[in-house]
Amino acid sequence: MKMSKTLSTSLIAAGLLAGVAADAFAQAKEQFIGLPSYRVGAYAAGGSGVFGGWIDYMTLINERDGGIGGVKLTWEECETEYNNARGVECYERLKKKGSTGNSVFQPVSTGITYSVLDKVAQDKIPMVTIGYGRTDAVDGRVFPWVFPMITTYWSQATTMVKFIGSKEGGMEKLKGKKVVYLYHDSAFGKEGLGVIEKQAQKFGFTMVPLAVAHPGNEQQSQWLKIRQEKPDWVILWGWGVMNPTALKAAAKTGFPREKMVGVWWSGAEEDTVPAGDAAKGFIAAGFNVAGQNYPVVKAIQDNVYKKNKGNMEDKSRIGSVYYNRGVVHGIITVEAIRTAQAKFGAKPLSGDEMRWGFEHLSIDAKRLKELGAEGFMPDLKITCADHEGSGKVKYQQWDGKQWKVISDWIDADRDMVRPMIEESAAKYAKEKNITPRDCSKEG
Amino acid sequence: MFYREAGQFKTSYAADQQIFPITQDRVGVLLILAFAFLAVPVLFNEYWLKAILIPFLIFSLAALGLNILTGYAGQLSLGSAAFMAVGAFASYNFMLRIDGMPILLAFALGGLSAALVGIAFGLPSLRIKGFYLAVATLAAQFFIVWALTKFGWFSNYSSSGVISAQEMEILGYKFVTPEAKYLLVLAIVVLLALAAKNMVRSSVGRAWMAVRDMDVAAEVIGIRIMHTKLLAFAVSSFYCGVAGALYAYAYIGTVEPEGFNLDLSFKILFMIIIGGVGSIVGAFLGAAFIVLLPIALDVMVQEWLSGILSPSISSNLQLIVFGGLIIFFLIVEPHGLARLWQIGKEKLRLWPFPH
Repeated sequence: MKMSKTLSTSLIAAGLLAGVAADAFAQAKEQFIGLPSYRVGAYAAGGSGVFGGWIDYMTLINERDGGIGGVKLTWEECETEYNNARGVECYERLKKKGSTGNSVFQPVSTGITYSVLDKVAQDKIPMVTIGYGRTDAVDGRVFPWVFPMITTYWSQATTMVKFIGSKEGGMEKLKGKKVVYLYHDSAFGKEGLGVIEKQAQKFGFTMVPLAVAHPGNEQQSQWLKIRQEKPDWVILWGWGVMNPTALKAAAKTGFPREKMVGVWWSGAEEDTVPAGDAAKGFIAAGFNVAGQNYPVVKAIQDNVYKKNKGNMEDKSRIGSVYYNRGVVHGIITVEAIRTAQAKFGAKPLSGDEMRWGFEHLSIDAKRLKELGAEGFMPDLKITCADHEGSGKVKYQQWDGKQWKVISDWIDADRDMVRPMIEESAAKYAKEKNITPRDCSKEG
Repeated sequence: MFYREAGQFKTSYAADQQIFPITQDRVGVLLILAFAFLAVPVLFNEYWLKAILIPFLIFSLAALGLNILTGYAGQLSLGSAAFMAVGAFASYNFMLRIDGMPILLAFALGGLSAALVGIAFGLPSLRIKGFYLAVATLAAQFFIVWALTKFGWFSNYSSSGVISAQEMEILGYKFVTPEAKYLLVLAIVVLLALAAKNMVRSSVGRAWMAVRDMDVAAEVIGIRIMHTKLLAFAVSSFYCGVAGALYAYAYIGTVEPEGFNLDLSFKILFMIIIGGVGSIVGAFLGAAFIVLLPIALDVMVQEWLSGILSPSISSNLQLIVFGGLIIFFLIVEPHGLARLWQIGKEKLRLWPFPH
């Protein structure tokens, strides 16, 4: 009796094991990507757009190309509600999924980025933060696992000054001008402050910082101050409801919207449409542009939406700023997998191999054209020391109905930003007892 | 049947006044503790420890702190998350600025700093009550988060205003693995919960409850109102402060002041409302409900419905179900889950003869 019980138990165990093995075999040609998305709450508009675009691009790769090198992409969403604790839970939940674990973590939230910053290095999962997150992580010697790609807040701040300079007719014309820095009173809002202060000294303009308390739907006193100060330009470093409020207040104050420059988190349809006519003329930065007239977006329409496999419920949002930003997330993830596959072979890649892929990622102008993303996002080249890789942004202007690109790619003043990054990263390394990597020895 | 106290005679005052007068309760609590300390680290994997159990314990501690203030002393507070922030940032600075600072002492000092701040913001409670006091504590919430962002010194002039918790080390042992972190958090939470249970059974707790029930009457029978209220603020903030320090050191690692926003304060308040106002076990039940249920719902929706429903509908569905459950529990038992547990206990005592 006892014997048979043992026997049956082991048979069951064997059956289970066989099932697991079969499962593992079936998964063998799949690359898993965990998506910590947020589709509810205050930032749902951003989350559903970015993650929708990203998922659509991965569906495109699966449908049109049969995956990458025969390896299909799989993914699972986990709702973070833009909440740090939920983000950590999602990170932990997703990290062991798939045959090789989560390939890359991209939370699209600076708070969650900080919350998992120490964990990604321990678990060997690369974290890619495109246009948000920890700026000094650009120094890949100290942060091997974190990739704040394309551009950072500091780089962006320098391009803003450059853009304003070009509009004034040359950087030397900035002398004696006055710029108001209207910012969301949080760690995010203060990111640009130091850089613009330095630029103000360099080019001889005055900068007036004005803080707006979260969430930013009350800005009367700030705009009263702006009216008194009579600045030549207003930099809007806003987020969420603060942006349309600022635009409406500017209209009421009579400040020309053509003289307002926003960050890339102020420059989506969700920021301008609620302000109505008041938004017309407003300018904002973007490391991706809006619009459906790019081959990559058309390819998604043809291969994904025509087959009814699209992720967006509201199809009019295809081509919006957030949606296209999601496509950029998709392109970078897929190209990194391609890069890593070129070295490690067409198989599901581990976190370590993925990290190599991100660190050697190079998307040049030619490749962008092949991808159908020429002018859609800047070219970039990541190295061991430089995890930013580009620093370029374009400026777009809201014409009342849509965003129109009004500048070419503007390079950041990276010579100025780099020492600041290195200083900050070195301080972090010292606090955490990290010995920076020697990049000359990295393969 | 199993839960009958017939035959358990108390022959001394000590026996009559112990924490758990019923033998079954004593055994049950010991079994739970033994399970939590011995079995959980072995049975549960990293995901459970890191993503579920550690935050559950930390939020339980914060809810416990608020429950002392709101549930026992009757002072409504919306500043719990801010006091957590004080604990986290104070512990960080003690660790950073004093060489060789033991981590446990840093936690305690973090808690004490939070207690001091709590007393300062508790002062209005001497004059104002109820909802008005809630507004005054709301000021604490906004002021503290603002101050931590505004003054770079608190975050050691970090460019992004965040702090990155140092390693936890006690007597040369580094708490790195999820099991070690879990056990450390569990030990601290159990100790503080035991202290809280004893506090509310002692004269201090009785004074709090007297103030809660009617402060004029409490004053008439000789309870010092100022002393009692401020003590409640101090103890409550101490608990929240330690919870905040654990949140930074044992759970998140790198924290920003924004992480301790009003939402978190509300969440902690909901924990005690759902769990049971004025109950120690209620803090744990409420934390379990608020922390674990949304995760469970998300997992269930992902497992079963991800193919059927569109992602935005399934995300919103979770919130709808969660909100529905909150309303359901509050209708069924307005006094919280702890009260349900109490009713269950009373029924069990009589079972199977209800009369």
